[in-house]
Amino acid sequence: MTHLLSNCRLWLMVAGALLTVLFGCGGNPSGGPDESVGISAKVMADALHAVMESDRTVYATRVVHRLQDQEKVIRASEHWRDDKALPLPAQMFRMGAEEASNKTDTFSYSLLSKWPINKKNAPRTEMEIAGLDRVAKDPSKPFYGRESLGGVEYFMAVYADQAVSPACVTCHNAHQDSPRNDFELGDTMGGIVIRIRLR
Amino acid sequence: MHPRFLTFVWIMTTVGLAAYLAIQISGGNRSLFLPGRTSDGHHQIELACDACHTPFGGVRQEACLECHQAELAAAEDSHAGSKFADPRNAGDLARLDVRQCITCHIEHRPEITEAMGLTLPVDFCHHCHANVVVERPTHRDMSFDTCASAGCHNYHDNRSLYEDFLVRHGNGLPATIPAALPERKAWILREGVDRLPLTAGDADRTTSATPELIDAWAGSAHASAAVACSDCHRSQGSLWADHPSDRVCGSCHELEPQGFVAGKHGMRRSADFNPMTPSQARLPMQPDSMSRTLNCGACHDVHAVNVRHAAVDACLSCHADEHSLAYSGSPHFRLWQAVLSSEGEPGSGVSCASCHLPRERRRVAGEDRIVVQHNQNANLRPNEKMIRDVCLTCHSLTLAIDALADPDLVRRNFVGLPSRHVRSIDMALSRKN
Ligand code: HEC
Repeated sequence: MTHLLSNCRLWLMVAGALLTVLFGCGGNPSGGPDESVGISAKVMADALHAVMESDRTVYATRVVHRLQDQEKVIRASEHWRDDKALPLPAQMFRMGAEEASNKTDTFSYSLLSKWPINKKNAPRTEMEIAGLDRVAKDPSKPFYGRESLGGVEYFMAVYADQAVSPACVTCHNAHQDSPRNDFELGDTMGGIVIRIRLR
Repeated sequence: MHPRFLTFVWIMTTVGLAAYLAIQISGGNRSLFLPGRTSDGHHQIELACDACHTPFGGVRQEACLECHQAELAAAEDSHAGSKFADPRNAGDLARLDVRQCITCHIEHRPEITEAMGLTLPVDFCHHCHANVVVERPTHRDMSFDTCASAGCHNYHDNRSLYEDFLVRHGNGLPATIPAALPERKAWILREGVDRLPLTAGDADRTTSATPELIDAWAGSAHASAAVACSDCHRSQGSLWADHPSDRVCGSCHELEPQGFVAGKHGMRRSADFNPMTPSQARLPMQPDSMSRTLNCGACHDVHAVNVRHAAVDACLSCHADEHSLAYSGSPHFRLWQAVLSSEGEPGSGVSCASCHLPRERRRVAGEDRIVVQHNQNANLRPNEKMIRDVCLTCHSLTLAIDALADPDLVRRNFVGLPSRHVRSIDMALSRKN
């Protein structure tokens, strides 16, 4: 019996040594730094939002507002192809979202509002409705939640989308299909909704 | 009878039948497997089963896109699949999964197939746009089966129907103004070869060439561009061929064959079948044209390469439907004749090709060119696709929309005026005022 046990121990030691040699120290098969730092869905959503909001602000202020309203070189138009114009900030955002959706289904994002020009951008799910309401009341705090869509669980976050440039306000207030025409600079005009797929 | 004998007969019949079907599917008579009449769009290639079907995998979305993707992108597809990728569309997609072509276009179901190969009830827009009556009070008295059938909207291509386009082009323009199509500026692969034009005396022919053929060639664009007999008949140093294949044409004319094999005239080629013949057509054709082969030479008289012949006479030598037969009585034909007799400005005639093989602005090799789209279907179905590049050259948007929405007028080849008026422009204008 002792013989058998010590035999077992021996084999375990050999196997352990082999594993260490095979996979290197620390059990990291690639040998590189460990990438699985276990980011939470919330951290990922916040990070994605930081990028989206920054790009969106840069486009609205340094491209659209500068070229359209200040230097009067080119306008932004919903029919940018036909009008040889700049895409609207919202279209720019959606084109990016569509492009990303061709590459991954791990996350998705959209730009919605309780006062939408395009009625397809109105909130649809309960969480979207609740989220947009909340960020309209307190834009400083994102809204987080979970929802199930088409049988898949998502972590979802809603962030306030604010009038960062006078161009936002002038265009929305003047638009024929806008249900609101009293936006002011700095107002919350809608929200960015980010969903992370939970497996 | 003895049960063992019956079992034997049953096994033999089954094995025999299986063997027979296996032989048929692997090259015999595949039409045995067609579950129902194929739609007008696909009937020419219906025996290329694997063009659409993956064994045990159904019809893949990619199979549709392989042929139709470029066209949908060019149409700025209003309902492209990527627009529905966001999971917030799950509710809509549960009612109608518009990311899949086969949700709306099922093959081999003649009993439910509508125009454009649609196999859903034509009021399908209501699945997702039921709210339109609230958003657009002007739509209150309209029914959902008229969204796409009355000249107002298309499902995929709305480039000449969107609201601001209606407003921009709808402001009191005259119905018809004299104008000309842009001049062709073809893209030719060997362009830039600096050779002097050739004359009849330069023909490097064989003895089989008749004086008529030499004359036709000597007066052609090919002779002017110094394309000699041997350039086609002995292409790339091969032996002399009396009837060179279309591949020879493609060695200089790169874009045209691409359009040709994408349309009804050449689609059999893209499935590696023998070329189409008029006998295979579902439209009425001239009886004496039935066995002709649809290759480049069917329309382009290969020696004279006269594009005017290709633009009308070639078409009418096969097509014998009402619309084609009515052409010679149409105002468009009168304009065409004026050009032929040099009374009209170049480009001001309206041939079959003006509308069905339209001139398109394209950027090729870094240069803007006007090339002829050889996919005759590219701007035909739905016919509003024609408005931007063709009709608006000479007509107001109002006339174009009304005329194309009037099937009788289309049959009469636009002899007369539209019998009804589509209100879309008026509605768009009323909202802007
Ligand atoms: C030149 C006009 C124009 C400008 C500038 C503009 N928008 Fe918009 N915006 C639109 C239009 C038109 C839509 C609807 C586009 C669509 O979905 O097709 C839209 C959509 C939106 C939406 C989604 C809800 C809706 O109304 O459909 C939000 C939120 C929004 N814009 C916020 C902003 C903000 C914030 C800015 C400035 C950073 C801005 N917009 C700048 C015209 C404009």
